[in-house]
Amino acid sequence: MDISAIHDEDVEILLNDVFELYGYDFTEYSKASIKRRINRLFTLDKFPSFAELRYKVINDPNYLKRFIEEITVNVTEMFRDPSFYRVLREEVLPALGTYPFIRIWHAGCSTGEEVYSMAILLKEANLYHKSLLYATDINPSVVEKARNGIFPMGMMKQYSENYIASGGKKDFSSYYSANYDLAKFDESLKQKMIFATHNLVSDSSFNEFQLIICRNVLIYFDRNLQTTVFDLFNESLENLGFLALGSKESIRFSPIAKNFKQIQREKIWRKTV
Amino acid sequence: MAKNGLTLAKNLLLIGGSAGSLEVILQFLPFIQLGPDLAIVMVLHRKAGDDSPLVELLTFRTHTPVKEAEEKEPVNGGVIYVAPADYHLLVERNLTFSLDFSEKVNYSRPSIDLTFQTAAEAPFTKLTCLLLSGANEDGSAGVEAVKLAGGTFAVQDPSTAEVFFMPQKAINRVKPDFLLKPKDMSDFINSLNS
Repeated sequence: MDISAIHDEDVEILLNDVFELYGYDFTEYSKASIKRRINRLFTLDKFPSFAELRYKVINDPNYLKRFIEEITVNVTEMFRDPSFYRVLREEVLPALGTYPFIRIWHAGCSTGEEVYSMAILLKEANLYHKSLLYATDINPSVVEKARNGIFPMGMMKQYSENYIASGGKKDFSSYYSANYDLAKFDESLKQKMIFATHNLVSDSSFNEFQLIICRNVLIYFDRNLQTTVFDLFNESLENLGFLALGSKESIRFSPIAKNFKQIQREKIWRKTV
Repeated sequence: MAKNGLTLAKNLLLIGGSAGSLEVILQFLPFIQLGPDLAIVMVLHRKAGDDSPLVELLTFRTHTPVKEAEEKEPVNGGVIYVAPADYHLLVERNLTFSLDFSEKVNYSRPSIDLTFQTAAEAPFTKLTCLLLSGANEDGSAGVEAVKLAGGTFAVQDPSTAEVFFMPQKAINRVKPDFLLKPKDMSDFINSLNS
């Protein structure tokens, strides 16, 4: 029974509007999640009715920015799942180190915490100088935040613990300077980062990479869309390149799975064909 | 029928709990029997990264299959699903699970409210929720959604709960259909098969 303020039919109408007017296609996102996000936004912004929300989205391109930002999920952390980063350190980076030049794509980078984590790993493995980190997201505003590399000071204790658990040996605070409640990450970590907006749903492959990291993005997509995005990743990965996903995501159900081999028990696969 | 002999659940029991709820579950779990039409989804608050021990712990106490709910997995009858640590678990209209790593709700991820609210909108023939001991307000809004959708609300008698706050909050908001002591819970759950 549909007990939400914004019903299934409303969600469908709104997502069609957004696609036709602005070209953002959310129609293949997981239904329950997108519906909840839209209901959440409806409450947050105190719309009196669905019609008013729809009117705002159709007629106010500035509001569209907020709409996209709020219906997508932008929660991320540094060194989340330390064991994942440990395997990156111990298994993946040594393999990447054999290349003269390393290209990494953070697809759906959100506010950039994982890109900075990766930059720290590369620095510590002495590979940063020959790496390029492409960080993309559908949201221009989170890409801007990622570019700034300024994160809440309150998170640093947790991130420092994650960093140590991932095998980090340094003093984590040496990577940022504290300024009241903000931590600004070192400029030297940014030198090899390239930030851009990219929509996994509609944009095509733009380079070939040895490592693609896309964590906790595919859980919001339905199976069809997941398959499309896996094809995009497959196309964008060099042979023997690595694909890294979130801790509850898998390529198991995708047709490309046969070309990949899993690394240990982490959600990291290596392309073998 | 799927390859593994399981079919989509027709009826669903949602169990939500926080501090003090695991002891209650471990107490009734050995005595419950799930028929092919009934699935159980458990949403329990715990520390991030703690999931597999919980599934193992529960598996030791029952012959019924217990597993962590995976994204896009169908909600099959005869199975006990556990929400993974640090993700919200949503039930889709087409009776599959989705995972969501969005902001915490009621300081919690997984949030009981979110799972209950989305399950309330899914087309189960019979939907029941059971809210257990806890020190958090999570669950109240979820219980309300289940009731609005025509489901049944059962709750642990707060006087038997290690922490009465969570069940009491929900009772203050929605009148329960069943007020249960831990020792009566297995009979109650088994009765949902019929």
